Amino acid sequence: MMTYEELQELAASEVEKQEQHDYCVRVCLAAGCLSLYNDEIKNALEIAVEDRGLGDKVAIKGVGCMGLCAAGPLVSVEPDGVLYERVSVDDAPAIIDALGKDPVEHIHCPLDIPFFERQQKIVLENSGVVDPESIEDYLTRQGYEALMIALTEMSSAEVIDEVVRSGLRGRGGGGYPTGLKWQTVAKAMGDTKYVICNGDEGDPGAFMDRSVLESDPHRIVEGMVIAAYAVGAQKGYIYVRAEYPLAIERLKLALRQARRHGVLGDNILGTGFNFNIEIRLGAGAYVCGEETALMASIEGNRGNPRPRPPYPADHGLWGDSTLINNVETFANIAPIVRNGGDWYASIGTEGSKGTKVFALAGQIQNTGLIEVPMGITLREIVEEIGGGTPGEKAFKAVQTGGPTGGCIPKEYLDVPVDFDSLVELGSIMGSGGMIVMDETSSMLGVARYFMEFCMTESCGKCIPCRVGTAQMFRLLDKITKGQGTMTDLELLEELCDLTKYASLCGLGQSAPNPVLSTLRYFRHEYLEQIIDAPEPVA
Amino acid sequence: MAVRSRIKTLKIDGRDVSGHEDESILDIARENNIYIPTLCQLDGLSIVGACRLCLVEVQGWRKLVPACATYIEEGMEVFTNTERLQNYRRMILELLFSEGNHICAICVSNGNCELQDLAQKLGMDHVRFPNLQPVRTVDMTHERFVVDRNRCVLCARCVRVCDEIEGAHTWDIKGRGVDARVIPDLDIDWGDSPTCTSCGKCVNVCPTGALVVKGQPSGEMIKRQEFLVYLSEIREARNG
Amino acid sequence: MGKVTVATVWLDGCSGCHMSLIDMDERLIELAEHIEVVYSPLVDRKDYPDSVDVAIVEGAVSTDEDEAKIKKIRTHTKVLVALGDCAVDANVPAMRNPIKVQDVMDRGYTDPETVALQPQIPTENLPRLLPYVRPMHEVVDVDVFVQGCPPSADTIYYVITELLAGRQPDLNQMTRPGA
Repeated sequence: MMTYEELQELAASEVEKQEQHDYCVRVCLAAGCLSLYNDEIKNALEIAVEDRGLGDKVAIKGVGCMGLCAAGPLVSVEPDGVLYERVSVDDAPAIIDALGKDPVEHIHCPLDIPFFERQQKIVLENSGVVDPESIEDYLTRQGYEALMIALTEMSSAEVIDEVVRSGLRGRGGGGYPTGLKWQTVAKAMGDTKYVICNGDEGDPGAFMDRSVLESDPHRIVEGMVIAAYAVGAQKGYIYVRAEYPLAIERLKLALRQARRHGVLGDNILGTGFNFNIEIRLGAGAYVCGEETALMASIEGNRGNPRPRPPYPADHGLWGDSTLINNVETFANIAPIVRNGGDWYASIGTEGSKGTKVFALAGQIQNTGLIEVPMGITLREIVEEIGGGTPGEKAFKAVQTGGPTGGCIPKEYLDVPVDFDSLVELGSIMGSGGMIVMDETSSMLGVARYFMEFCMTESCGKCIPCRVGTAQMFRLLDKITKGQGTMTDLELLEELCDLTKYASLCGLGQSAPNPVLSTLRYFRHEYLEQIIDAPEPVA
Repeated sequence: MAVRSRIKTLKIDGRDVSGHEDESILDIARENNIYIPTLCQLDGLSIVGACRLCLVEVQGWRKLVPACATYIEEGMEVFTNTERLQNYRRMILELLFSEGNHICAICVSNGNCELQDLAQKLGMDHVRFPNLQPVRTVDMTHERFVVDRNRCVLCARCVRVCDEIEGAHTWDIKGRGVDARVIPDLDIDWGDSPTCTSCGKCVNVCPTGALVVKGQPSGEMIKRQEFLVYLSEIREARNG
Repeated sequence: MGKVTVATVWLDGCSGCHMSLIDMDERLIELAEHIEVVYSPLVDRKDYPDSVDVAIVEGAVSTDEDEAKIKKIRTHTKVLVALGDCAVDANVPAMRNPIKVQDVMDRGYTDPETVALQPQIPTENLPRLLPYVRPMHEVVDVDVFVQGCPPSADTIYYVITELLAGRQPDLNQMTRPGA
């Protein structure tokens, strides 16, 4: 067991150790760049350093995601402030030779582009900077300072008050006020309470949580321990999909390190507070991201949702009061406690505070991970940060909110991004997936694709979702093939209505969104495919 | 056993009614002879809210709520049979018929089937959705019973009765979406199940002809469910 | 005013619905004063008339012949009644749907287990089976759905008299699938 003073000493000696090096070369070892063999580039850089006898001067550090995944493998150099893109093994010697001099031209990625300049990083402040496998490195970035503040200087109620004041809303998609949720769990009866981190990120094209877990796992641990202290929980679970092996590996390591350093387990930091965390792996069912299904899965049952109320705060894991938040939500907690809720509330819009991480995917130049203040417009995200659609193709729509979100056409690009405005446009914030489509994309095809996803991922418990999605998929397929009639279109709309209002859980209730939003903005594309459609009125 | 419980008053379809705070809208409606269709719900089994037939509208609430899983609240105004609900219910039945192979004419439960009764009561005179043409199996390996998955509506009553009342948990559900199926144990032949006690409770709670006694002529399979409430009360009392 | 012209048609069904129709017994005589059966398995006419007021159709759509026939009937009929479960939901004929058409044919014509003499799949004068047996309303628009296997004589009588009176029959309480 370590005290906070000992942790601070550890952090100080780590800083000292790091300062002995004149240069730090950071190599992204998150899943994107790893898939491009950035680990081999890291080896090559180490060899290059060794060959030049620079071992004392240059540190090569594996770090998490730097965001601009489209340009990977990425390598950055500090204190030069240089970013290299599309690096290959052969570039390693040149990168080392250029330390402190002009950057290597052909792989140099300018940092004064909107992609970097327009971002504001809270959740991702450590991503691409710290070594996700080192608690010492996390400590040098004010790691576990918020936990210490919470445990020693604040009451549970005060911690919750900061979260309430921050205006933070759940980042998993629903946007429920986090502080209110914490208050409810804190007030709930019962001696046993649980804290669950929902890392069952399943939206196609979404990789926000994955990236945070791979790049800065201690931040999640810290957020969860603070939450446990605030609500009075003793046991926590992180539910991660088994498809994220790297995230799981780094989380496991982080949990071991956290226990060894006294920030997790019994008598945390000598304060007498006990809290432990276990990892539970999801077996790939999308619906397990729904909180009641997720809890059923943790309990060892089939991952089916159940009606709410009762909400998890009232009747959660094994019937006990349970706080369940998403990865990104927990990632915001430490900075909120450290800097105060008012600081956080000063960022964003009236109804949506703080920043949001988005995964940019689809037909966009700068595929990758970004963090932007709430209230930024879609245009700024797509055209400036994202660099617009590649080639000569014109932008057509952006799909937010994953398979159960909606498609937003170019007319609404100037709408500020927050929870409520996206709902008004017939989409949702969701967990942060953003898929950009150009003029070649068929909106009917998009609706069909997402309906197929919902159909295969429906758990099958309630009838409107189980059969409704299957029948809607059939109808969309029929219309896509040019065999649909106006009667089919009417049936499709009736089914959208039924599934939206009669389904048991969020999956079914939002499954029609891609159809509804494409019908709202691109109805003509449906009519063009329908046999007996009336002639368009000029 | 004296349990303190508050009394709430509310309106169902314009009628003033009252009940205990731990009673559901469905409980109170039934007590007052107000019909709300149900399929997955069965007295004596846990509530799952899966079939969505008992959805009702509550004045001022944005969402429709399942009457079986929603406790009554003071002053709430419930509407159980609006045109919108009637349409939804009919459509839910159409969906059920479209995903299975429900051929009533040659079913042993013909005339004694909850699904068939619902179709009649709710006025479903045909199915507008094409049949999904599922390929489903019939398992006749059990000595006394048959499971015909063609006729299964996935209400999971069998799963619940086997787990909650019999304590065997032989039945469960495998697969997702329209591919979901009831299976004994880890999807073995029912006749080979080491956990099945052959008690027949699953057969009796099954609302359709999916679980039946072997060798019944068409239309003569009559299910008996009265036992369930007593058994579940005894079990609850024993569990304290 | 002339009599209302009525056709009865037999697609893929067992003729049980027609039996039920005949089961109206003496009420048939009463109906005969108001209607004229212009086309039916029970009368001699071979071609469907150009214009029929009411067609009462039994059976599911199983073959290309059924499909062509019902489409033709729809064009020449004012009110189309789907009579019985086969017409309404494909019923027993649909039991072959989970099985491939080729396997159905083999079982019927060549499988030694079922065919003792001259196993061969006929190539002439046999309507081609559709991949799936379908209820009538999936092929043409249907005006009245009469469930039942078969619908009772009372039900059929009610349907006909309501139509004669110019009303849409409300069958909610009289019919259900299966019985």
